[in-house]
Amino acid sequence: MIRMKSIWRVYDTGKVKVEALRNIDLFIQPNEFISIMGPSGSGKSTLMNIIGCLDVPTGGNYALEGKEVSRLHPNQLAEIRNRKMGFVFQNFNLLNYASVYENVELPLIFAGFSSRKRRKRVESLLDKVGLTERRNHLPSELSGGEMQRIAIARALANNPSIILADEPTGNLDSTTGKEIINMFEELWRQGNTVVMITHDPEISRRTKRIIKLKDGMIENDEKNHHENQTPG
Amino acid sequence: MKILLLAKLFASDFTKQKKKITLTVLALTWGTVAIVMLLAFGEGMTRQLRKARSGLGGPIVILWGGETTIPYEGLRRGREIRFMDEDVELLKKSIPEIEMISGEYSRWGRTLEYKDKTVSEHLTGVYPSFEKMRAHIAQKGGRFINELDMKNRRRVIFLGHELKEKLFKEEEAVGKTLLLDNIPFTVIGVMVEKMQMGMYSGPDVNKATIPSTTFKAIYTHRWPYLSNIVYQPKDPGRVKYVEREVFRVLGKKYKFDPEDERALWVWDVIEGRKIFDKILLGIQVFLGIMGGLTLMIAGVGVANIMYVTVRRRTKEIGIKLALGARRGYIMWQFLLEAIVISAFGGAMGMTASFTITKILEKIPVKEEGLQWLGKPIISAEIALLTALVLGIVGVASGYFPSLRASRLDPVESLRYE
Repeated sequence: MIRMKSIWRVYDTGKVKVEALRNIDLFIQPNEFISIMGPSGSGKSTLMNIIGCLDVPTGGNYALEGKEVSRLHPNQLAEIRNRKMGFVFQNFNLLNYASVYENVELPLIFAGFSSRKRRKRVESLLDKVGLTERRNHLPSELSGGEMQRIAIARALANNPSIILADEPTGNLDSTTGKEIINMFEELWRQGNTVVMITHDPEISRRTKRIIKLKDGMIENDEKNHHENQTPG
Repeated sequence: MKILLLAKLFASDFTKQKKKITLTVLALTWGTVAIVMLLAFGEGMTRQLRKARSGLGGPIVILWGGETTIPYEGLRRGREIRFMDEDVELLKKSIPEIEMISGEYSRWGRTLEYKDKTVSEHLTGVYPSFEKMRAHIAQKGGRFINELDMKNRRRVIFLGHELKEKLFKEEEAVGKTLLLDNIPFTVIGVMVEKMQMGMYSGPDVNKATIPSTTFKAIYTHRWPYLSNIVYQPKDPGRVKYVEREVFRVLGKKYKFDPEDERALWVWDVIEGRKIFDKILLGIQVFLGIMGGLTLMIAGVGVANIMYVTVRRRTKEIGIKLALGARRGYIMWQFLLEAIVISAFGGAMGMTASFTITKILEKIPVKEEGLQWLGKPIISAEIALLTALVLGIVGVASGYFPSLRASRLDPVESLRYE
């Protein structure tokens, strides 16, 4: 469903050109569970941003579900992000003035659903992440793990094709982090495609495919051999 | 829920920029008061001046005899033209486009006596049509000169209201007899109080008026000429045509070239009013622009706030973009905020202006100069115009910050701390 051919991403800072991604070829099938690894500055986030249509490549082709998306208008990209992508960030990126309910509702507002439909959907999402009773709280009143669960609920709002998580456990203690990874694994088992950036080999071991980046190129892309491990 | 969310956003902005927003709302209030009050004073003054202008009368033309400047049919230049009473009839008969006409006799320094009071004032002898043409309207209980007065050369007199006060004080004047140059005259009416902007031979409030036939019988033995002729064309749009006709008819009688512009002195009140209307409009436009500029400056304050808001909320914009907000949504969110701030300031300004107007209405004005200024009036047009300017200021001041917000790069915005 994702087909990238010779993707380049060059940042032109005026004096120097920084090549963040160099000639990336990447195929992702539906229902994969992938971790992207690599030292900082290797282009992990850039790759994820391009996959998620937050950013567009400087060169190359990117077909999402058979449709070329690398040259679309910002509003068309927004629609793809809204309908097909679910983002989960390291620092949660919740709106701090909005309640839990409103945060989860946001992508549904952008999708243009009626308030009745939105309410139904938000309630089922909150139920799914087990935070129904927190619906009227502000993010600042939640624990880190709870915030990330809200972010996951928000990411799932429009039934995305891909869930993209940029170090989702980076700001969490290991126990909570494990819970979050369990959630992602569960989502994968339910048929979702999950792509996750991580530094932690413990976590990457749980995924089914590990892509290692170095200096903007794919250094290693392999099926995970620890596949038989039971989720913790 | 959407609206609730926007309201929350606004509330969060307000708490973060409380001082700045308060000051800007005050600036908007002041700007609105400035534009509304300037226009309202302009409107009040315009209405007052129009009223004062109507003190002279209707859409009329006033005609004086002049001096020829072109030799004509063997006659030298420099001949003085003087009107006789019969010219009035001649003009009326020859030019059907004239609706009303009157000759006007005029003498300075006539003595008027009542009981122990003696004054020396200006006296005119006119036709009944003066009532309408020159706004010689009688106060209740009195009347102006009529056809019977004319026919019978009655010794009746009509007084300007200030002249009446000099002679009669509080006393009722109508029906009383006074002495005009030692001849007894009966007062038939007193003119209503009026403001008068255009005038010749003094304001009407100080004049005494008698029938022109009576005047002719008493005063014209040594000087038989009319001072001037006043006429009103049927169609004010045809005033120039009527004027040419007047030159033709009188030119034929007094033997001057109809093209000789100096042979007659013409005061075209109708044309004067058109020019005056333009000047008044000019004043209104000027005042409006002054007020508008004040409001624009307040708009700069709004723009400043919006730029700060956009910067402060860069992260939030990034999150929304990541979740699939279109540019228009981001744009509207900030634009609405700018409009809400502007509307709020505008509403406060309007309220303040209405209050000021109401207070000024209650204060009595005795000073004559201030009377000419009139009282500020907030008309529907002024309110609408101000709302329009406010709307433009709100949208204009919000537009560029909002545009910047909507064009932010999602990746960089998400990284913004």
